[in-house]
Amino acid sequence: MSATREPMIQVRELTKHFPITSGILLQHQVGAVKAVDGVSFDVFKGETLGIVGESGCGKSTTARLLVRLLEPTSGEVLFDGRDVARLSREPLKALRRDVQMVFQDPYSSLNPRRRVGTIIGEPFVIHGLCPDREERKRKVQDLMDRVGLNPEHYNRYPHEFSGGQRQRIGVARAIALEPKVLIADEPVSALDVSIQAQVLNLLQRLQREMGLTLIFIAHDLSVVRHMCDRVAVMYLGKVVELAPGDELYSRPRHPYTGALLSAVPVPDPPAEGEHRERFLLSGDVPSPANPPSACRFHTRCPKAQQRCSEEEPPLERKSGSGEEALTACHFPLTPDEAAARLPPALTR
Amino acid sequence: MSTEQPLLQVEDLRVRFSTDDGVVHAVDGASYAVNPGKTLGIVGESGSGKSVSSLTALGLTRGRHTTIEGQMLFEGRDLLTLDDDALRGVRGNDITMIFQDPLSALHPFYTVGAQLIEGVLAHQKVSKQDARDRALEMLKQVGIPDPVRRLTQYPHEFSGGMRQRVMIAMALLNEPKLLIADEPTTALDVTVQAQILALLADLQERLGMAIVIITHDLGVVAEIADDIAVMYAGRIVERAPTRELFARPQHPYTWGLLQSIPRLDTPRSDDLRPIPGRPPSLIHRPSGCHFHPRCPYVQPKHREVDPKLAPLPADARHQVACLLEPRVRIAMWHALETGAPIAEVQRLATSGANGQGGGEVGAEAEAEA
Repeated sequence: MSATREPMIQVRELTKHFPITSGILLQHQVGAVKAVDGVSFDVFKGETLGIVGESGCGKSTTARLLVRLLEPTSGEVLFDGRDVARLSREPLKALRRDVQMVFQDPYSSLNPRRRVGTIIGEPFVIHGLCPDREERKRKVQDLMDRVGLNPEHYNRYPHEFSGGQRQRIGVARAIALEPKVLIADEPVSALDVSIQAQVLNLLQRLQREMGLTLIFIAHDLSVVRHMCDRVAVMYLGKVVELAPGDELYSRPRHPYTGALLSAVPVPDPPAEGEHRERFLLSGDVPSPANPPSACRFHTRCPKAQQRCSEEEPPLERKSGSGEEALTACHFPLTPDEAAARLPPALTR
Repeated sequence: MSTEQPLLQVEDLRVRFSTDDGVVHAVDGASYAVNPGKTLGIVGESGSGKSVSSLTALGLTRGRHTTIEGQMLFEGRDLLTLDDDALRGVRGNDITMIFQDPLSALHPFYTVGAQLIEGVLAHQKVSKQDARDRALEMLKQVGIPDPVRRLTQYPHEFSGGMRQRVMIAMALLNEPKLLIADEPTTALDVTVQAQILALLADLQERLGMAIVIITHDLGVVAEIADDIAVMYAGRIVERAPTRELFARPQHPYTWGLLQSIPRLDTPRSDDLRPIPGRPPSLIHRPSGCHFHPRCPYVQPKHREVDPKLAPLPADARHQVACLLEPRVRIAMWHALETGAPIAEVQRLATSGANGQGGGEVGAEAEAEA
């Protein structure tokens, strides 16, 4: 995929703290869940940027901040040079024509009382486009055809469709207004394995046809590798590593990325006597309400030293890294350590 | 085949549920065996009958609207004919189960300690203090830090991974001979999944129980299972030792599963090969081979003839229910693995299976995608 190096979205020090309050009548804030805590990255035109991380790392919150479904606590999201967080009502509405979302759960993201045609045609109504009913119907049926649904099912309700088909409905609705950016938040994790590939292929085809910029959020590292040009790894509200996919998956530098890669089960049973060494993390992810100081991974990191709990590592290029690979770590993985964390077949 | 007597031998199990919409054929003639101390992986999508077959072993599908046929021999006793009392003696004792969602499997109003102690007292004549010691010991074994304090806490005070450890501790309290794990890691993050799988393997080594692990994830079974059974629409379509299954998969559905998932251990490819269509309804099942509407290599007779699970000529441990000729299947998988286009593989299927119209049928399967 050839991405022109022109930023579509620039995210600068984006932060979202959800307040924790106490008291019934006199509520006062006693703390904050630091869901997203100072995240910066660019999304280039036409590329697919992946965001991976475990539950609670802030990846979905980041997605919602990008389209301002949530108000950021601080920081900027620049879309075509304008700060999304400061847009007033009308320009924000215009922005949402250009940035659309596909959600994880195809069951709860479609109104069960509306017919599919109405659901997919709704964006036209909201934006006052195409007031003519007949024309709208034609457009919706075109969209249905485009995402692989039978246009004759225009008058059916969501419950009459399977999970994979519902996700296609969600995709059709998202591309109705020909957006520039599509944000897909775990679009296949609710689907059966044999259906996932259908939806992934659909997203890739649409991206090619429409020149979409795709932000693809998932917890499945294999799926992200397949889909994305560049990948950001998040941990407890921070981006810990951001690199081109080929580099990230062959030469991880952050110990957390290494741990994630090492944990993925691969459908390739070890040969007789062979044993894949695992770099298991101990314990659980700490609470984002009270994250560890400095480097947030230091409490679980096999390479942590004194410095890691005192000084926060900046997201920066490491020696030997490619042009665009950024890592936030004082003691990144050596080549041998990185290789040991990859599936054996890749290094065999 | 080893001479070892299987711990659990399932013969032609059929489970049907009568519903207002019709009869659901959830399990439709499944046969498999679990050897002592070994792990069987049952792989399938939602609605393939993989959970129902295990729930049936514990009598959890019995009911007015259920018809169960076949045999499930556990140490020579047929679990399907046991009465409720006898079954209660087996369940939670000789055979135990862990579920996908530990939060809904644990009682929210009782402390973890109370629930664990109850599990011991239900099956062993010991004092409450001994039961508590046993519970404490198990929490330690499954790697829960600070177990004394944890005993007095409620399930909501545990994280997802810790809750699943509690479930495992509960399942192992009475030193079962067989542990059934139904999607034990599906709700967990990948690093926690790795912890839990490592824990299961470690406990199996130390305690020697057999495990049936039910999952949709081929990666998980590749790691942990000795043998694998692939289920589709209530039937086992392929059964083999793990390495054999991944080295020489025989069923087009297994191929589809292997080729439709992006994987970390192969070079990044441009296209995934989805399995067209979607899993069939278990009420209105397709005729003949249940996989035929989605099979790119279907031949006309496959719509009428019902394939039986039969051993391969070369290796009796490897069984497959497919009407394509074994020789042809080997050539087809070889072609698929080397990235040959589907059309070419379809030609192989047609030429080898003395039928005509393979191309036309394949196109039909594709149109349905």
